[in-house]
Amino acid sequence: MTTWDWIALSPILAMGALALGALGLDALLGVAWRGRRIGDPAWLPWTVVGGMVVPILLILNLWFGWIGDSALAETYGLAATEAQQVAVYSGQVLFGSFDPGKFTLFFQLLILLATAVVLVASTRYLRQFADSRGEFVGLMLIASTGMMLLVGATELITIYVALEMTALPVVALAAIRRDAHSVEGALKFLVLSAISTAMLLFGFVLLYGFTGATQLGMVIDRISELTAASGQPFGGYALMLSLLLIVAGFGFKMAIAPWHMWVPDVYQGSPAPVGAYLSVASKASAFAVLIRILFYYSGGSETQDWQLLFAVVAVVSMSVGNLLALSQNNVKRLLAYSTVAQAGYIVVALTTTLGGSAIGAATGGTSAAMYYLAGYAFTNLAVWLAYAAVLRRVGDDSIDGLRGLFRRSRVLSILLVIGLLSLLGMPPTVGFMAKAVVFSNAVDQGLVWLAVIAVINTVVAAYYYLRVVGVIMFGEPEDDAPDVKPAPAELAAVGVGVIGTLLLGVVPALVLNVIDSATIG
Amino acid sequence: MSEFSGILTLTVFAPALSAFVVWLVHIWRRDDVLVRWFAIGGSIVVFVLSFAVFVMYDRDLGGVQMVDAVSWLDAGTLKSSYLMGVDGLSAPLVLLTGLLGMGATFASRSINRRLAEYFIWLLLLESAVMGVFVSLDLLLFFVFFEFEVIPMFMLISMWGSGRPRYSAMKFVLFTLAGGALMLVGVLAVFLSSGINTLAMASIPSLGVVGVPDLIANADLIAPAALIFSFFLAAFAVKLPLWPLHNWLPDAHTDAPTAVSVMLAGVLLKMAGYGLIRINVGFFIDSPGFTVSDAAPYLALIAAASVIYGAVVTLRQTDLKRLIAYSSVSHMGFVMLGVAASAGGLTAGASMGVNGAALQMFTHGTITGLAFLLVGMVYDRTHTRHIPHLGGLWRRMPIIAIFFFIAGFASLGLPALSGFVAEIMVFLGTFSVYPVAAGIGAFGVVLAAGYILFVIRRAFFGADTPNDGLPKDQYDALTDADRLDLVPAIILTVPIFVVGIWPGVVVDLFAIGIEGVLGR
Repeated sequence: MTTWDWIALSPILAMGALALGALGLDALLGVAWRGRRIGDPAWLPWTVVGGMVVPILLILNLWFGWIGDSALAETYGLAATEAQQVAVYSGQVLFGSFDPGKFTLFFQLLILLATAVVLVASTRYLRQFADSRGEFVGLMLIASTGMMLLVGATELITIYVALEMTALPVVALAAIRRDAHSVEGALKFLVLSAISTAMLLFGFVLLYGFTGATQLGMVIDRISELTAASGQPFGGYALMLSLLLIVAGFGFKMAIAPWHMWVPDVYQGSPAPVGAYLSVASKASAFAVLIRILFYYSGGSETQDWQLLFAVVAVVSMSVGNLLALSQNNVKRLLAYSTVAQAGYIVVALTTTLGGSAIGAATGGTSAAMYYLAGYAFTNLAVWLAYAAVLRRVGDDSIDGLRGLFRRSRVLSILLVIGLLSLLGMPPTVGFMAKAVVFSNAVDQGLVWLAVIAVINTVVAAYYYLRVVGVIMFGEPEDDAPDVKPAPAELAAVGVGVIGTLLLGVVPALVLNVIDSATIG
Repeated sequence: MSEFSGILTLTVFAPALSAFVVWLVHIWRRDDVLVRWFAIGGSIVVFVLSFAVFVMYDRDLGGVQMVDAVSWLDAGTLKSSYLMGVDGLSAPLVLLTGLLGMGATFASRSINRRLAEYFIWLLLLESAVMGVFVSLDLLLFFVFFEFEVIPMFMLISMWGSGRPRYSAMKFVLFTLAGGALMLVGVLAVFLSSGINTLAMASIPSLGVVGVPDLIANADLIAPAALIFSFFLAAFAVKLPLWPLHNWLPDAHTDAPTAVSVMLAGVLLKMAGYGLIRINVGFFIDSPGFTVSDAAPYLALIAAASVIYGAVVTLRQTDLKRLIAYSSVSHMGFVMLGVAASAGGLTAGASMGVNGAALQMFTHGTITGLAFLLVGMVYDRTHTRHIPHLGGLWRRMPIIAIFFFIAGFASLGLPALSGFVAEIMVFLGTFSVYPVAAGIGAFGVVLAAGYILFVIRRAFFGADTPNDGLPKDQYDALTDADRLDLVPAIILTVPIFVVGIWPGVVVDLFAIGIEGVLGR
């Protein structure tokens, strides 16, 4: 490995070190302080959030090229064809298994932000299971490390390893409450995750068998060659099967229908901060990989078929998510189905990465997906963490638990309502602006029908989001309803989400400029 | 492209600013009286600003004036700017919004629960409506059009009566469904090669070329008929046009008085404005399909809407529902006038469209006044069931007189503003679609029927009809007091002014409509 390798991997290494450090610190100090008052158990997450400054600085270093060769990173990230890549590969980062370009850095920053915000919000929550706070923090950091690797992986085996590194800690996180619901959800997640990973792996194996390559760029090039040679779609049905298996495997990770069955159970069973983490960081990283694969593929054959496949998946995911959310009385399940629907909107954006643009904006689809993911991250963090703060006091996770919340905590309800309105896509929040940008890409590709189905879905969604808003704002709280007093840390975390939601919606240029420089394609 | 005169931005956000002040006052002193006066004061300031916009519009110059333009969003496949301006079409509607906004805050006397929140939402609603009328960027227009739903949802749900949650949700879902399709229409217009702009009108001084001037030579990304119907869907729901009117009676009946005033007075007008500005303005010579192709059907639906609305109104026994259904009938006239645009640049066509615009203005004040008075009657009698009312004339003559003015204006009595608008719509439409105009004219006869019925049954007749108010309650009824008079007078003055001197608004509309039709 060259020095450059180390620099390119430095944020991930720093994050991994932080994870191990947190576990070690908790264990050592736990032993040292045994039997003594050690004060607020929140010291660990606060320390870790402080420590996360290091990976963030290392990412910024790569972004701005303070130390190391950023120009090289850019060429590397943009090398699409096999010939270009072979040229850049020679002696490059980990033999072409990792892309240290800005696209990766963008998603790494997003993941770090989500992790930090969730950790801040759970400082108060952690008191409920103070004896496993070390595990909570450590597992989350390990998962984040895996995600940071995942979003930059450009090689099949690296993708697989990173995915496993992400999935296993999340299973433990989902079970951390150790009650029946929690364990059931975690077990479901574990089994389904194993099956989906197996499908993914089988797809990878077939792919390797037919193409003899594991680097994404080379794999896709070989497929094109095989297609040209054999005249069959995708160069043979086995290859087509392998690609479908891969889509299915990622579909599970991204929580899109019809691979969404685990979502409501796991979200309901996990602590709410874990739900926030799952629905934001986990989803964003899976989407990042798919965007990357599609980017490599966009020069390939059968673009139309892929576009249709993704359009259908988007329609199914939006419709199933929204329709099933309509009848939910459990807020966590409702939000879980809402994330399925939201994933559908992001797939609409993915659909549009494949074709050319009528007005010459080739990267439109990728940028739109990144913008949507960034906006969705802020919004969903706000909603989930606000709800986590409510749940910590109320305990009842049915929709009735929110009744009259406005009377009980004004600030928290207003923040929660803004988040819900953003999920619904109401201006002036980012939810609206991101949908407008995504749908505009769909129309631009001539997929007017897809845009129409998508906008009709937002109307269906309005019903259940506004039902929750109605319960919060107009419901009469029951006499014995406990007071909701969010801790300052919780308010700060939710506040970050809401400020992001509004800022990205009103001044979209802020993040769009960043995305434009980070987009691939 | 950058110019910023600021006056429109100020007018649009002044209500929102007032809402903020109301909130501060509420935190500072939890005193409802103070909150109420600050809200009223804020709405008066807004009215003054809107009046200033109306007066400052230079009629000799014409075109789009008082422009605020800043680039806002550039996402490759979506470029939008913060572009505001008024022309002859929007200036009177800005005034109408200021006027009714002021009337609505005065008309909120019966609200006493969560007062600060109420005024905050009411003022935010006014901001949104104002924004719709002055936005000249399609996306900005859409943002305001869509945002208005939230204050309405809160206002009806929280301060409504009857089944408020149901009605509010129905209102929201209908509006959002229409609006959602409009978003696709907006995007399709923008993405068509040869357009790539969201400007709704051309502003030569800024070098802005609007969609209406580009669409003739554009290569539309979707069939023009489809894009046209996407926009039409949003506005037909909002107008509302039969058979999409279903949300309106519920929303009106269950909304508090001031919200009904705003809903009938200005919210419905956003649809009429959109129809003229977009469905007519954009599609006057769009390739493959123009508004003239759709106009015969629109005229028929409009006539059906007029007659259906009027017939259903005749059958109503709830005072507020009755006024609500009469709105369906009256807004049918707007559509009828819009359909006349198929005549092109003829005198008849522009008179028809001008009549439609004037009908929006007059209906806003007339129906706003009617809802206000119905609210006053309800506050006193606690019933809106017409058979239970009677002889109100003797206990509340002032309310009765104002109601007669609203009623007569509504049925088109000369010298009141309704007459001018309706005659213009009929004359204009008759030259293009005589049959539809003839059917529509019959709606005026029915209007005379239901207005006179309600006046006879509720305000005259026996003092205490069977099952009606007990004698002692009837005797205790009071008339409007001085504070009640304020909003009533605010809304009555324009009825007379426009009825006697229509030119004050019509000439202005003519400038705007010439701009819309004249290419």
